[in-house]
Parts: sequence; structure tokens; C-alpha cells
Amino acid sequence: MLTLEHYLVLGAILFAISVFGIFMNRKNLIVLLMAIELMLLAVNINFIAFSQYLGDASGQIFVFFILTVAAAESAIGLAILVALFRSLRSINVEDLDHLKG
Amino acid sequence: MTWTSLNAGIAYPEIFLLIAACAILLIDVFVSDAKRGITHGLTLAALAVTGAILYSGYIPQRVTAFSGQFVADPMAAWAKGGILIGVALALIYGRSYAAARQMYRGELYTLTLFATLGMMIMTSAINFLLLYVGLELLSLSLYALVALRRDSANATEAAMKYFVLGALASGMLLYGMSMVYGATGSLDVVIIAQKIATQAANPTLLVFGLVFIVAGIAFKLGAVPFHMWVPDVYQGAPTPIAQLIGTAPKLAAFAFVMRLLAEALGLAGIDLSQIRQQPMLLPSWSSMLMVLAVASLVIGNLAAIAQTNIKRMFAYSTISHMGFLLLGILVANEVGYSASFFYAFTYVLTAAAGFGMVQLLSREGFEADTIDAFKGLAKRSPWFAFMMLMVLFSMAGIPVFVGFFAKLSVLQALLNHAVLVPGVDGAGIDIDHSGLVWVAVVAVLMSLVGAFYYLRVVKVMFFDEPTDTAPISACWDVRIILSLNCLLLLALGLVPGYLLAKLGEAVKLSSLVLF
Repeated sequence: MLTLEHYLVLGAILFAISVFGIFMNRKNLIVLLMAIELMLLAVNINFIAFSQYLGDASGQIFVFFILTVAAAESAIGLAILVALFRSLRSINVEDLDHLKG
Repeated sequence: MTWTSLNAGIAYPEIFLLIAACAILLIDVFVSDAKRGITHGLTLAALAVTGAILYSGYIPQRVTAFSGQFVADPMAAWAKGGILIGVALALIYGRSYAAARQMYRGELYTLTLFATLGMMIMTSAINFLLLYVGLELLSLSLYALVALRRDSANATEAAMKYFVLGALASGMLLYGMSMVYGATGSLDVVIIAQKIATQAANPTLLVFGLVFIVAGIAFKLGAVPFHMWVPDVYQGAPTPIAQLIGTAPKLAAFAFVMRLLAEALGLAGIDLSQIRQQPMLLPSWSSMLMVLAVASLVIGNLAAIAQTNIKRMFAYSTISHMGFLLLGILVANEVGYSASFFYAFTYVLTAAAGFGMVQLLSREGFEADTIDAFKGLAKRSPWFAFMMLMVLFSMAGIPVFVGFFAKLSVLQALLNHAVLVPGVDGAGIDIDHSGLVWVAVVAVLMSLVGAFYYLRVVKVMFFDEPTDTAPISACWDVRIILSLNCLLLLALGLVPGYLLAKLGEAVKLSSLVLF
């Protein structure tokens, strides 16, 4: 029998994977964008699980908004990535080191 | 549900701004590059009309609309006024800079207007969903604005860093919100506050969610240890965009923190002497903010000393100013909130003037973003050297300028800080008024360190020989408005009482009444 805790643990694991993905990844910016998407999906699992548990629809409505915003967010992220690739000729995270003081 | 029951009238400023932004997006398609001034003028007019609607619809109390999702109160009205002024200043100062760098296009104006709309929604939202949507409307517009100079490697790199860390911050904030939703069963700030006050919420989930919410807020504000993006974004972004990021959103972030921490997870609107049990969340976030504030003050001021790029120096100085802002909020009473509000409001004006000076000295092919660009400014233009001196003195918190009174009011609130402690016999709680003296001492010491690097720029302006001798080429409107902006810092410093009293009254009138 799956309980609320199972879903919360799944959400927490996905969230942790995505945070590790952002901080440990040193190679590829596209992986970084994927980690950001995963983070938002982990939050969605939490919201849906709570919404079902509490019998309250507002959590599921929130999920629709998060999905929409996530789509817009990845569109902007990819657009910046394309602009960056044009000037740097690389999508390696380690090449983002021109700004320092 | 009828139109009247929505009570949409209190959202007219936002509704007008949305229509105006869409209209300007369409009109700009038919405007040729040579006549871009039309878009510029229309955008400023839209901001002015929004301000006028805001002013005419001012109500001196808390009114909600859209089934309790949206609130209009004096605090939101003042914050929106400051936001509109901050955005308008960024557009006015940035016009010739943008024109010289292929940025003078419709996107600049429509994205700025949508960012403004996002900020206004952030200040007025009292529902987690609306708070999130407002925040994202602001953030997504700003990511695109930073990358507006597509051919500049620095700008796109700054945009990428801003995007990744901003998205991480939103993710953390959302994760925290989902936990608070699970603990209280509602997304409504008022209902959440009621559930917490009556102890009808799961404390473990609440504290877990609180940690993520505070981390997300600290990211957005740029408080240490979540400050890594601030210097890179300020340095890499085009100067008008750096000004836009560094001014108005700070005021929106203040209101956002008020709605999330003070109203939803704090005890705003509850008489502390009436509480029988130890409150659940307020002491936790108050001490978290204290750690963030002290770290921001120390790291921000110390790192700023080493900078040679003035935009980067402003970035570290922003970090330390955010530390001061958090100091007022952590006091968690009306005095502290109004001190922080005054700090944020005057900081918008001060930072706008600082970035305005950088743009005044820049021209086609010359960024003027190093401290060396200010060498011998007193010989090139004594008037603007004097103006810059006032900006730097105000940032450093030297008396007579407004920055001093902002710091003073925060420190006063801090010294009167009341802590709730368990009562002697274990029943009920007492209030300890001993204050946070050591935090105030750290803040003052770090302000002294801060004075060093601000005064170094003053020294460079007045006692070094100019290396760049080109005449200042700014238009007359920029010169007049920038001078007025700087003189306002002096005027508000000479008569701080009026604005301080008005903002304090606004915070008081806006306080949430739970029961």
C-alpha cells in the first residue's frame, strides 16, 4: 500500500538528485537545464501527493501553473544557451569563467 | 460570482499596466528604429498613468479582491510607487546607453513592463500561487533582459548564471511552499497564518518547508551564502539592466518576504502579550535571517574592498545592504518592518543614482564600469563629481544623507528587539526586551569597513588626474533627472521624518488581523 510518505520520499529523492545535478555537473549546460526541470517535477509530485491526501484541489491547480511556467522557463534557458553557444562556441560549464573580480 | 464580488477595482493599476504592455508590444511592431522614441515615451507614459491610478485608488486599509488572493494595502501602494519610480529611472538613464549598443528595441520596453507587472503582483499577492506567478513573471523577464545583448559573451554568460541560480531558487521556494501546503492544507496566506496561530498544523513539515522558503528568499535577495550570482550578473549585464535588477526588485522582494514570512509564517497581526504558548515558526526564521544578515554584512563589505570594477563593487555593496534589510525584518515587529521598508525604499533611489552615474560617463564603445573611469571627475565635471559624492556618502551611511537615517532606524529597531522566552513557571511566555546588541555592533563595524571603499571612489574622483578626458555627452533630460535624484538623497536626509512616518503608518495600517 502506497502512503503519503512514499510519495514525499520520492519527491525528496528527485529533488536531491536535481540539486546534485546542478552543483556536481561540470560538463554540460543542457544537463543543468534537465536538472532544473527535474527539480520542478519533484515539487509537482509533492503538491499532487498532498492534494490527494488532503482532498483539496488547489495543490493540483498549482501543478498546472508550475508546468506552464517550467515550459516558459526552459524556453528562455535554451534561448540563452543558444546565444551563449554563438559567442563561446562551447556549452561546457567550466568555460563560464570570464566574469570575476 | 459577479464582477462586483471580484472587487477587481483595487487591481486597476495592474490591469492597466498589462493592457499597456500588450499595446506597446503591438505598437512597437509598426515603429521604425529611427522613431524608437515613441516606444520610450509610451512606456514612460504607461508607468506614469499606472502611478496615477495607484494614487487615485489609495485606500488607507487592507482590502482584498479575487476571493482573497489579491490585497491592496498602504504598504503595497507605497512599494508599488517606489517600484514604478525605480523602473522609470532605469529606462531614462539607460536610453542613450541602449541606443549605442543595439539594445534600443521594443523588447527592452515590453520586457521591462512585464517585469514591472510581476513586481506589482508580488507586492499584492496573498496566495502562494499568485506569489509564485508574480515572482516568475519578474524573473523570466529579467533573464531575457540580461541576455538582450546577444553578441556580448559577458552578457550571455551573466544571463546563464542568473538563469540557473534563479531557477534553483524558485525550485527551493516551491519545495518549501509544497511542504507548508501539506502542513496547513491551504495556499492562502491568511488561512495558513490562522492554522499556525491555532497550532493546527504539522510542525515538522512546517519547519522543513520554512528552511527551503528562507533559502529561496535568500537566493532571490542575494544574501550570503546564496549570493554567488549577484556580482557576476551586475558585472555582465548591460548597465541599465543591472540598474533594473539592483533597484526596484529589492522593494518587491521586501514585500514578498513580508507576505511569506511575516504574514503567513510569522505572527503579524497577533498581540504578542496574548500568546499562551511558544510560537512555532517566528523564532526559527528570525534566527535564520540573523545568520544570513550577519554573513551578508561581513562578506559583502569585505569583498567589496577588493573590487576594481564599479558595477561589481555595487554588487557586493548590494549584498551588504540586503544584510541591513534583513536585520530590520528579523526584529519581527512593526518598528522593524517599517525600518526595513524605509531602507528598501531609499536604497532604490540611491542605487538608481549610482548606476545612473556609471551610465552618464559611458558612451559608445566605452563602458565606464571601472573605478578608474571616475578618476579626476571633479576636474571634468565638478557638478557631477559632487552628485556622485552624495550617492557614495548616502550608501556609506554618512549623516545628513538619507542612507544614514535608513541605517539608524534599522539599528534602533534592532536594539529594541523583543524575544519571546518561556515563562518562569513553565506556563505562558514572557517577552525579553534586551535586544540584539552584538548584531548591531557587527552592523556598525561593517558599515565602517564599507565607508572605506566608498570613500576610495571619492578620493579617486577628487584627487587623481583624469585618464579619460572626453566630455560628458549625456542629454539634458538625463542630466536634470539624475541631479534631482541625487539631490533627493540629500533632501530626504535633511527631512527624513516625513517619509519615515508615512512608511511606518503604511506598515501599521497594512497589518494582518487574524481573528
